[in-house]
Amino acid sequence: MSALPCLPGKMGSLMNSSTSMPSPQNVLLEVKNLSIKFGGIQANDKVSFDLATGEIRAIIGPNGAGKSSLLNMINGFYRPDSGEIFLDGIKTVMRPYVAAVSGIARTFQNIALFKGMTTLDNIMSGRLLKTRTSFLEQIVHWGPARREEDRHRAQVERIIDFLEIQSIRKTPVGRLPYGMQKRVELARALAMEPRLLLLDEPMAGMNLQEKQDMCRFILDANSELGCTVLLIEHDMGVVMDLSDRIVVLDHGKKIADGKPIEVRADQRVIDAYLGGAQA
Amino acid sequence: MSDPMFILEVAISGLLSGVLYALVALGFVLIYKASGVFNFAQGIMVLFAALCFVRLQSLFGANGPSHIGFWAALVGAMAIMLLLAICVERLVLRPLVNQPPLTLFMATMGLAVVLEGIASLVGGNLIYPLDIGIADDPIEIFGILVRKVDLFAAAAGTILVAALTVFFQFSRVGRALRAVADDHLAALSVGIPLRHIWILIWSIAGAVALFAGLIWGAKLGVQFSLSTIALKSLPVLLIGGFTSIPGAIAGGLIVGATEKLTEVFLAPALGGAIESWFAYVLALAFLLIRPQGLFGEKIIERV
Repeated sequence: MSALPCLPGKMGSLMNSSTSMPSPQNVLLEVKNLSIKFGGIQANDKVSFDLATGEIRAIIGPNGAGKSSLLNMINGFYRPDSGEIFLDGIKTVMRPYVAAVSGIARTFQNIALFKGMTTLDNIMSGRLLKTRTSFLEQIVHWGPARREEDRHRAQVERIIDFLEIQSIRKTPVGRLPYGMQKRVELARALAMEPRLLLLDEPMAGMNLQEKQDMCRFILDANSELGCTVLLIEHDMGVVMDLSDRIVVLDHGKKIADGKPIEVRADQRVIDAYLGGAQA
Repeated sequence: MSDPMFILEVAISGLLSGVLYALVALGFVLIYKASGVFNFAQGIMVLFAALCFVRLQSLFGANGPSHIGFWAALVGAMAIMLLLAICVERLVLRPLVNQPPLTLFMATMGLAVVLEGIASLVGGNLIYPLDIGIADDPIEIFGILVRKVDLFAAAAGTILVAALTVFFQFSRVGRALRAVADDHLAALSVGIPLRHIWILIWSIAGAVALFAGLIWGAKLGVQFSLSTIALKSLPVLLIGGFTSIPGAIAGGLIVGATEKLTEVFLAPALGGAIESWFAYVLALAFLLIRPQGLFGEKIIERV
């Protein structure tokens, strides 16, 4: 696996994920009492948890437990009915633009790529917010604008190497197989140099080989690029291996929160998954 | 009949009227590029903009010298189109984020009806003469008769297209636009400000509509039938490609030139009024041979 040298910005943090525990100093994101309702359905009911810088956190739960809506609130796609989101300890009203500017990137459960564009253009679109030269400079395509474009291209090429998608660089993503599209989506998110990576079922519909690759990429993004990761995943084996801590949701409520080994032993979690008495 | 000078003159008059089709088609292309939606209201926007201009001109012109009235009306009409763009974003597009293109298309049909209503409130059924200060008389260039208005329209149209092409090709707005047209959610997730892009693009489309409305209004008078020239831009778009600004121009020129030439040379064989249907037959042929148009993006669908 090639390391990414000289990544600017917040990437390359030296935080070691496997041992980090939340403390007031290194909480990156905290949500408090988030609730949202769609018609008669309480998708999330007073959900609170925090996310330490550098950790890999998973959200699990049965279908319809409110995992995606939680992610959508953190990313600003949904506005919570009540509750608060704190980023770096500062209360933030999340909108998609605000989230992107604050270094939150995401992928989607149902792949959301620009299907008509090539892999390269898709990933370059992740650099839009980083473009600093003015419109006129870009038209002239000279001096700073030229250098900036080259810099973005170099960065994107590093990500392409990182995710091992060199061979599909010029292919329109609409033509790619499902697993590859998922990978391009991750590449676009990484091109934003995010501090926080939100992954909505990154391994859904993949075969074993693809899952193993994706696991490796997530771990590397975490350890080498310094991305804090919040992911939703159904594959229990993957979740238990990958994550530092796990939030368990059921019917919109948080029913457990802790290390994999604690969550696995929790009676409420077992009930939620196997259909217990008080479900 | 086959005097080369005459053929040239017919071709040139066709090309010049083709520029005017292209101007209307341009408005469609802009919005299609930015939202993947065929804007049904573009034709009525042309009429609406021209009508606003005429009414404002008579309002301002009554209280001052006419050239001040002209510029004041131009600024005023542009301001109205800007306001329209903001309203469209707020009231039509924003509630429909991430809806399928067909839904957005239906919304633009609704918009067309609303604009038509406002236009008939403001204008009624009258025909308003529009004076843009260029005499509508022919001049002779190398022995070929050309109308001044057409020349002006061609020159201004060329500048407009060059400016827009540069804008979309070389700025990051171009990539952002394609992104927005492709997938709203994905565009939002990489931090593209969807609202600003939409307002920007509808404003530009409004400005293009105003410009087309002024030229067409100067030729035909500002009247309700202006909104139907949008029909002629449909074959233009099919030939040039929905997503290409140069395509709109090429399509316009092809339609303009061929329909004039066939009118002149095939009329004896096929009967008259070829001009009114030839463009559609041509578009049909293009649909069979090259469905994405001359410059359009090839549609890729993985099944």
